[in-house]
Parts: sequence; structure tokens; C-alpha cells
Amino acid sequence: MDRAFPDRPLLQVQGLTKHFPVRSGGGNKVVHAVDQVSFSIPKGKTLGLVGESGCGKSTCARTIIRIYDPTAGKIILDGQDISSLNQKELMPYRKKMQMIFQDPYASLNARMTVHDIIAEPLRAHHICHSKAEERDMVNEMLSQVGLNQEHAGRYAHEFSGGQRQRVGIARALILKPELVICDEPISALDVSIQAQIINLLRQFQENLGLSYLFIAHDLSMVRYVSDEVGVMYLGQLVEICDANEIYSHPLHPYTKGLLSSIPVPNPRMAQTKESVGLEGDLPSPIAPPSGCRFHTRCPYATKKCAECTPELKDVGGGHYVACHQVTDSSV
Amino acid sequence: MEPILDVRDLHTSFLTSNGEVKAVRGVSFQVGKGETIGIVGESGSGKSVTSLSILKLLGSTGCIKSGSICLNGEELTKKSSREMQKIRGEKVSMIFQDPMTSLNPLLTVGDQVGEMLWAHNKKLSKKERDEKVLELFRMVRIPEPEKRLKSFPHEFSGGMRQRVMIAMALACRPELLIADEPTTALDVSIQDQILKLMRQLQQEIGMSIMFITHDLGVVAELCSRVLVMYGGLIMEEASIFDIFENPKHPYTMGLIASIPDLNQDKNTLLKPIPGSPPDMIHPPKGCPFAPRCPYACRICQEEIPPYVQLDEGHRSMCWLLAPDAPAQDNPFKQGKEDA
Repeated sequence: MDRAFPDRPLLQVQGLTKHFPVRSGGGNKVVHAVDQVSFSIPKGKTLGLVGESGCGKSTCARTIIRIYDPTAGKIILDGQDISSLNQKELMPYRKKMQMIFQDPYASLNARMTVHDIIAEPLRAHHICHSKAEERDMVNEMLSQVGLNQEHAGRYAHEFSGGQRQRVGIARALILKPELVICDEPISALDVSIQAQIINLLRQFQENLGLSYLFIAHDLSMVRYVSDEVGVMYLGQLVEICDANEIYSHPLHPYTKGLLSSIPVPNPRMAQTKESVGLEGDLPSPIAPPSGCRFHTRCPYATKKCAECTPELKDVGGGHYVACHQVTDSSV
Repeated sequence: MEPILDVRDLHTSFLTSNGEVKAVRGVSFQVGKGETIGIVGESGSGKSVTSLSILKLLGSTGCIKSGSICLNGEELTKKSSREMQKIRGEKVSMIFQDPMTSLNPLLTVGDQVGEMLWAHNKKLSKKERDEKVLELFRMVRIPEPEKRLKSFPHEFSGGMRQRVMIAMALACRPELLIADEPTTALDVSIQDQILKLMRQLQQEIGMSIMFITHDLGVVAELCSRVLVMYGGLIMEEASIFDIFENPKHPYTMGLIASIPDLNQDKNTLLKPIPGSPPDMIHPPKGCPFAPRCPYACRICQEEIPPYVQLDEGHRSMCWLLAPDAPAQDNPFKQGKEDA
């Protein structure tokens, strides 16, 4: 893929690790929230990140945007390693990456008007020189997300869930970022509203060339919005490849189990499908299992899996998987 | 099929400082013996209030305005709260959405399930109770039940807590189980486990299940019949196959179109339903879906449509199905026009 002008990815994450110390109970225990995660997102593309709750996908997002400081690893945004910059040095990079949160009820300040919520990033970055300029920018943004100018003076509680999420999107996009991290942006919304928000996000991507890191547990929606999909388990990336490929040819036993447990909205398929499913619960991230972290729940686990950690390897066509059973047999 | 539950023209309202919220505005349906019926709808459509009305768990502000709820021939709306206590748990029980908040954090799970047995049979000794709880834990497939009896809820994962809730709901072998979004707070993998468990338990015990959800995928896996609710009314009732393959209400069609299917072309946009759900303090005068409906006509804004019986067990509330509805731009009359 060597071309004259190789596309430099907008975001590159290398060996990202985030451990949280556990203070209670004494001892030096840590929660292994994210361990050695690497991926990249090209300009204008979407990477979907899926996994069960507690797998570290939200921590991963928050570490990338530097809400948390990474324990180790590099976060390279547009060629610049931002993983060790301090808050002041980060300011210009904050403008390039913004976040949309899960819960539109909790992520908007109840005591600020919609205008103030959307204008806050502008004020933080001293972008507008006059009140009038600020008002114009906010109103322009409001109309782009499908709200009216008269909504600007209202408070968040006067809106429905879908409208609040539109405000959240307006706040994230007013700085014209290049990378938007969407942390479960639709899971708190009703089905009929979810599609509205997804379409809105897609239109912005087409018009502004945005890149998304899209985190969700609704796997069919992730497939629809993403170019590439990464599957996380207990803080590690276990499989990553093209979105269509991962759904049609999942290789990792965890991905297979996860995909087969999605309820299919088709009664004829649903009532005849062979569900492999996943047994048991997620082990504790304080003391993750040795070797392959999935071996305690994996139907194909061998002795090697319990002893030796599999590496994320390319098995062809950019399909990366971390599983001894898959990589050993393909060699 | 012999109905175990027969709800007729149920109206339930809540009195708030902003006015009367008409949450359920005339709902009628039946649940057969051993049947799993799904109720789908968005938040505020009245699906949860319908189920809470059956149990009369409406709090101090809610009341059943009119209508009848018959369980095995017994009228529930006229029961006193003492009589209802006997019925809750023994005849009808409920599983709630959030297993994290529906268990008491200060009591062991064994005691909490035992309390249910004690409440309905005070003669049971502690030992007998524990044995029964153990049996229930085995039934819901909680691993190492003897050890788990003395655990507290915080020692359980979400899926295990929901299993405890199911054990509690089934303790007295109810005839009807109401499950109000029991898997919404869980991960897909755990949801899959719980759905499998509910299917197995239904075959073992043979109870009827009323499954409330907003996830059409879950309905497709579990239910044989579906009620689609919107704005406090049942918009459409049909068998699971008809709902997906032959929907006869614009709202049902919109719901199905707004979920991406597995072969969805990525270059096409999804087809969302525009607008947002109605305000139930001032519900629309006509069809509640009319403001968001692409086919709405004048009559839709003014009058609530009557039910049209399409097939055995398939009814829909839409003016487009009326015999004198115009055929132009009518998604339900195109076939006839060609003929």
C-alpha cells in the first residue's frame, strides 16, 4: 500500500495501557483497565469498539482524549504524541478531538442554557471576539443539528432525550474537531430516535470529513457505522479488522460468541439460529487470568492458552486476531 | 387458547402538578396459558404502566380510571390492597429492569428469596425455606448454590442478580410472569444467557410470560405474539411473523425500518421516524402517531382510528385500513389497486 502520498492516520494509538490503583483493602493491587491496545484511525473513517461492560472500551476512549493520563503507550494525534503533554500544552489538541457522551441526561449542565452549553467550548478556546459572533456560530450549529434558534435560550430539562443528544453533538462539533469520540451515543435513546442521531453523525462525517471512534454495545449499529471494528476483552484488543469481515468471518472465539448472542430482529432466523453464546461472566480485571485472558470462558482453550499470552497477529488481509488456536493453525 | 389474563379497555392516569398524565388510554388484550406475549414501544408509550396496572403497583399518584383486568376469571381492579398482596407473587409476579437496584443490599440473597416464600406461607420453617431456595437457585442455574445462599447482592454480577430476581419471581410458581425490560441493563452475552434461561423455565413450568421491551430483536427470539404500543394505545397486535413480515401500521413499519439489518448497505442512510413521542399530558386528539406519520391525513389528526381486524389475531389501529380510505399513497392498498 505504498503510494506517493501515504495517508497518515489521524489518530495512532500504540501500546496504550491504563491501570487504576485500588486503594481499599491495602496491598498494591491495580485494575488492568486497558492493556497494550494499539490501533489507528485514518482521516474520515470510523473505528468501532465493542465488548462487554467492563472490557475497558470507555477507559480507552477517555485515555485517548486525556481525561485520564495513560500508564504507558503513545497517543499520536495528527503526527504529534500527546500522551505526555501537560494540560496547557494539550489545549490546541483538545480542539481537534471532542467527545459525545452516553447519557444526554447527565452530560448537560442543568443550570446552563443550551446557548451557554454550546458556546462553552468557544469561550474556553477564546475563539469568538464578540457576543454577536458567538451567537451566530451557536445558531448556525443549532440549525445544523436540527434544532431551532429559539431553543438556544432553553434549559436541558425542557428537551427530549434525542434533542439533548443533538445539543451534545452541537457542543462537540462547534470547535470543528477532526476526531470525535462517541462513547455509546445512542444507547440511552429510543429505537426510533437512534436512527435520527446516527444519520446526523453520518451526515457530519460526509460533510466535514470527521473521523469517529465509535463505542457501543449495539453490535448491529456498530457494523452499520464503522469501517473497521475492534473487539475488546478485559482491557485487550482480541480482534480487529474490516467491519464487514468481522461480522461475516469472525475468528476469535470471543467475537464468535459475542456475535451469536445478538438478538436477530427476524423471527424466522431467530427461532432457528444456533446460538453458541458465551458462558459465565467477565473475570475481575484486578487479577486477570493468565495467558489468554479469555481462556476461562473459551470452549477451545488448551494448556498453551492458560500459560502464554497470544499476540495480535495479521492472518491476512488486515485481519488481526489474538488467539493461539487461530494463528497456530494458519501458519 | 384459553386466556389466563383478559384486559379490557384499561385507562390508567397519573395525577401530577402539571396535570393528568393519561399514560394508558384504552388498552385491551389477552394472554393465553403458557404463551409468551411481547409488548414493544418507546419510553412513554404506556407499556410499563399497563403491566404495573395489572399488579396495581401504581403508587399514590396513579390510578386505574376504568376498564377491567381479569386474571383467571377474577376481577383484579376491585381487589383491596390486602387481597392484591396475596395475588402478587403467587399468581402474578414481576421481574424489573435493573437487577442492581431491585435487591436489598443489606440482606443475603438467600434470605430475600426466602422472604418471598415466607410471605406466602408462614408455616414454612427456616430449614424448609432454605431447601426451597436452594432448589430455586438450581432451577435458575446459579453455580454453587449452597455457597451463594449466604452471599450479598454486591458479590453478584448483573446477570447473576437477574437470576436471583427470576428465582424470587418464580418462588411461588406464578401463572403469569411480567418481565419489564429484564435484559436492558445487561450486556448482549448476558442477555443471551437470561433469554435462554427464560425459555427453558417456561418449558419446565409452563407459565405465561408478558415480556416488555423496546428491542425488536429480543421479541423476535422469545415471543409468539406482539403488541405494539404508542401514546398509551395498542397500535397493532399480530403474530411475531406478521409483525416483521406483514406489518399493517405505519409506526410498526417505521420501527422496523429504523433498525439496521445485517445486510444494510452502508452507503444508504437509515430511515428514522422523524419527530419525537407525544406529550401525554396533552395527547393528540386523533391518532397519537399522526404528527410523525408520513401518511397522515386530516382525519388522523382529528379522530382516533378504530381497530381493523385483518386476520385471525392481527388487528391494527390506522385510518389507512378503513374501507373508504384513499388508495393513493396508501401502503396497505397497493396490492388491491393492481388487482
